[in-house]
Amino acid sequence: MSKTHVKFKLNGAAAEGMCEPRTLLVHFIRENLSITGTHIGCETTHCGACTVDLNGKSVKSCTLLAVQAQGADVVTIEGMANADGTLGALQEGFRQMHGLQCGYCTPGMIVRAHRLLKENPKPTDEEIRFGIAGNLCRCTGYQNIVKAIQHAAAKLRGEEYLEAAE
Amino acid sequence: MIPGTFEYHRPKSVAEAAKLLRKSKDGRVLAGGHSLLPMMKLRMTEPSALIDLGAIAALRGIKKTGTKLVIGAMTTQHELLASALVAKNLPILHETAILIADPQVRYVGTIGGNVANGDPGNDMPAVMMALDATYKIAGPTKARVVKARAFYKGSYETALKAGEIVTAIEIPVPGKHGFAYEKLKRKVGDYATAAAAVLITLKAGKIAACAIALTNLAPTPLLAEAAAAALVGRAPDDAAISAAVAAARKIMDPANDTRGTPAYRKSVGGIYVERAIKRAIARAAG
Repeated sequence: MSKTHVKFKLNGAAAEGMCEPRTLLVHFIRENLSITGTHIGCETTHCGACTVDLNGKSVKSCTLLAVQAQGADVVTIEGMANADGTLGALQEGFRQMHGLQCGYCTPGMIVRAHRLLKENPKPTDEEIRFGIAGNLCRCTGYQNIVKAIQHAAAKLRGEEYLEAAE
Repeated sequence: MIPGTFEYHRPKSVAEAAKLLRKSKDGRVLAGGHSLLPMMKLRMTEPSALIDLGAIAALRGIKKTGTKLVIGAMTTQHELLASALVAKNLPILHETAILIADPQVRYVGTIGGNVANGDPGNDMPAVMMALDATYKIAGPTKARVVKARAFYKGSYETALKAGEIVTAIEIPVPGKHGFAYEKLKRKVGDYATAAAAVLITLKAGKIAACAIALTNLAPTPLLAEAAAAALVGRAPDDAAISAAVAAARKIMDPANDTRGTPAYRKSVGGIYVERAIKRAIARAAG
């Protein structure tokens, strides 16, 4: 099967490579472009570990073909840090609030939360839970993930994060 | 898991897509791909070509023309949820779309794919039957329309013929009405164990019009005509609702699968019909 030239913007920089039409976007990013922060979890559209931001939408990159991303603007976990290399608000939130244990789901969680906070800068805990319903975590029980996202939301709003009493 | 090999096309117009589809031996159109690509990974389907409809601008968008809402087939569930036009005219579509899959899938999954796929687990087909929607279809020779109520022939079998593509959905906007889509699922992202769509109009304390349709309770979505007839002309009381639920249960023929036995699914199916009727009545009265 002949290969196609795929070209898109990845974390602000031009990225390109040759792949078969059947190559999944997550494989293209990880194997052709060697940008391995995006994880492959279930590979069946369930777990959300492979979530990337594509043209302003959170998508599961195991269920898109690389050729479908032709010309798109793609952001992965590598694009979540600040320009100076320090941790972005979500990364800092996950660190401060212990939003991860094994960390496998974290790239997908953070990239998804990034879009969620763009669309809803001041979410309730319930809106966060609904918004990350496509991302599975088997360690944390989600409590600290919700707090981590609230921590980041507060920081992005220029406010101090006040943990709600339990 | 990676799908088998196929040729990939990304046409710019419906005419070009139809031409590519006709030329391919067993090609498939690619909409959101969140049903098709998983099936291809499992080799449950192995099309020789994928004709990606993603670049056809004419297949997107929601507009109101006269008394109808016309929704382009490539409109995503996320776009439906963001649409003020849908919220105002057809709120049942919001109530349904929010129950489909998860946020990531709703950004990509399309209404055209949902209605044309023919999977009895898809949610929109029953809603479209309840609303008496019409599907606009482009074909190798000429365009045609098919009513949602005449579209579903069996599990993954629809009225679509080889080379045809659903391009838009036309829905008559109902007047003041109550609505509900009630769905039982095991977890976020799951297909329905059972679900029911209900639309009700009240007049002078009686049910003047009613439509009821069922999801995943038979090899196809079902229009529960006898159940609706059991309500029309009657006061919205428990006796009328019980008669409607019994009539709905009678036509259910659910699969025996991981979501439950047929007996269980008929049991909960009836409960979800009852809940949907009650909520639709409350909204119609409000």
